[in-house]
Amino acid sequence: MAEFLFENRIWDPAETLPRNELQALQVHRLRDCVARLANVPFYRKAFAEGNVTADRIRSLDDLKRLPLTTKADLREHYPLGFLATPRSEIVRIHGSTGTTGKPTFVAYTRDDLALWANLCARFLVAGGLRPDHMVHIAFGYGLFTGGFGLHYGAELVGAAIVPAAAGNTERQIVLINDLQADVLVCTPSYALNIAEMMRAQGYTPDKIPLKFAHFGGEPWTEDMRLEIERQMGLLAFNNYGLSEVIGPGVSGECVVRNGMHIQEDHFLVECIDPDTLEPVPYGEPGELVLTALTKQAMPILRYRTRDIARLDPTPCPCGRTGIRMGRVIGRSDDMLIIRGANVFPSQIEEALLRVEGTAPHYLIEVDRPGTLDEVTVRVELRPERFSDKMSQMHGLREDIERQIHVVAGIRANVELVAPQTLERFIGKAKRVVDHRKEKGLI
Amino acid sequence: MKIHQLSLFLENKPGQLTAPCRDLADAGIDIRTLSLADTQQFGILRLIVSDWKRGYELLRDKGYVVKDTEVVAIEVPDRPGGLLEVLKVFEKSAVNIEYMYAFTFGRGDKAVLIFRFDDPDAAIALLNSAGINVVGSVEVYNR
Repeated sequence: MAEFLFENRIWDPAETLPRNELQALQVHRLRDCVARLANVPFYRKAFAEGNVTADRIRSLDDLKRLPLTTKADLREHYPLGFLATPRSEIVRIHGSTGTTGKPTFVAYTRDDLALWANLCARFLVAGGLRPDHMVHIAFGYGLFTGGFGLHYGAELVGAAIVPAAAGNTERQIVLINDLQADVLVCTPSYALNIAEMMRAQGYTPDKIPLKFAHFGGEPWTEDMRLEIERQMGLLAFNNYGLSEVIGPGVSGECVVRNGMHIQEDHFLVECIDPDTLEPVPYGEPGELVLTALTKQAMPILRYRTRDIARLDPTPCPCGRTGIRMGRVIGRSDDMLIIRGANVFPSQIEEALLRVEGTAPHYLIEVDRPGTLDEVTVRVELRPERFSDKMSQMHGLREDIERQIHVVAGIRANVELVAPQTLERFIGKAKRVVDHRKEKGLI
Repeated sequence: MKIHQLSLFLENKPGQLTAPCRDLADAGIDIRTLSLADTQQFGILRLIVSDWKRGYELLRDKGYVVKDTEVVAIEVPDRPGGLLEVLKVFEKSAVNIEYMYAFTFGRGDKAVLIFRFDDPDAAIALLNSAGINVVGSVEVYNR
């Protein structure tokens, strides 16, 4: 038996279904899902064009015959054109934040909410949650699925929840300390804000009561995990989901922390090249495409997530049989094309964290003053890295530029700026300003 | 005798130099001398002030990136070759001069220069054995 960081508890026996049983269940559920989706005009039309009926689904290979669904399709059927149940069965609406246009809504029946809570409970328990824990949730509560998803998941496990919601960092710190919270739930960038303020207030990691953290809602890096863990003295876990598919609960890390187990008894996953739409081999980065098999109100077929990640089919020592996905390394939308090279903001972040002493507060500016793209990365200087010697300051800047070149393969100009001068974010951080877009160059 | 220099990180944009000078002025702290090293993007302001401890705490608490560094004030004869005599002391030694700048005041026929050495203690020992006057902190801060 492998040595684990803590006891490897499994919330739901379905997480360890042998692969052959799991696949049989998936085929059965896919057939059932296609039958229910015949009520949805978008799918009814696509099924008719592709000559697809539920009884023709015999194996997972038949998935290829089903249509892809995109964000644009959801917008086109705004607000609730993808409903597969009567409106009267809906008990909840959530939605995307609408940062890239009109929001999109998703609906849940009572059974959907129960499923969602169970899926969140699975990854929370996999990442150390126990019924006697106090869970501090600093996610937004609202249309965004993060707050409610983890709230009901933690409640199902039997933990005590502090629904602090996002914002007012000073109050968050008071609550965490006064109530002695064991678990922190928020976006990783907000966790860094909290950690920074805690440090400014003189809290050392041994004085912070938190033991575990569950982060999601935005891409982050392994170095960022180490940074947060070092500053707060806790173990941080990654989880993944998106409102169109269900919200958080699509996948999450186990005690092994080497990828997130996709809850494949409820979601089918494909990993494709965003341009050719062909599957990429295991281990190669590609766009995740997810099918929500068991949702009632709004099942979705082959949803193009725009999230780029790798899949790892090797068995995990924890015993869960769901395939593991790596960190989301970027969004196919956020992907910057710099002089022809694909660059993700997460790569810049990884480079910054490799240079000891640069705080992970940064802003990437892309411009094309003449014919060539130019990238400027503004990085907040950490006071302890300041030197009265110009040579050391230049050395620090050059170190960062070198790491960006190593990690992202591009030459960037690094500008050191004073601490606390870049904008702070409570939810998802905005790290890129692309002047080429304003100028209509791309 | 080492003296304390405050170094400040400044972004290269309007008003960056004004703010710390105003904060020091409001606190009644006098700037004895200063040097500004600047690049296109940022600058390093080096200050000798009348009360470095209070100055350091004030600037730190105001949110500046400030560092306290030990430097050496040296009396240099104010005539051709005066500085050369001082520099010669270090010529064959392992002590490096990182940077230097001058005080606005002199003492009779002598100028006073601030030197930032990589090893200030070794530098002072060399100066003492060469009979060159190292200016004390009281004289520098309170003049």
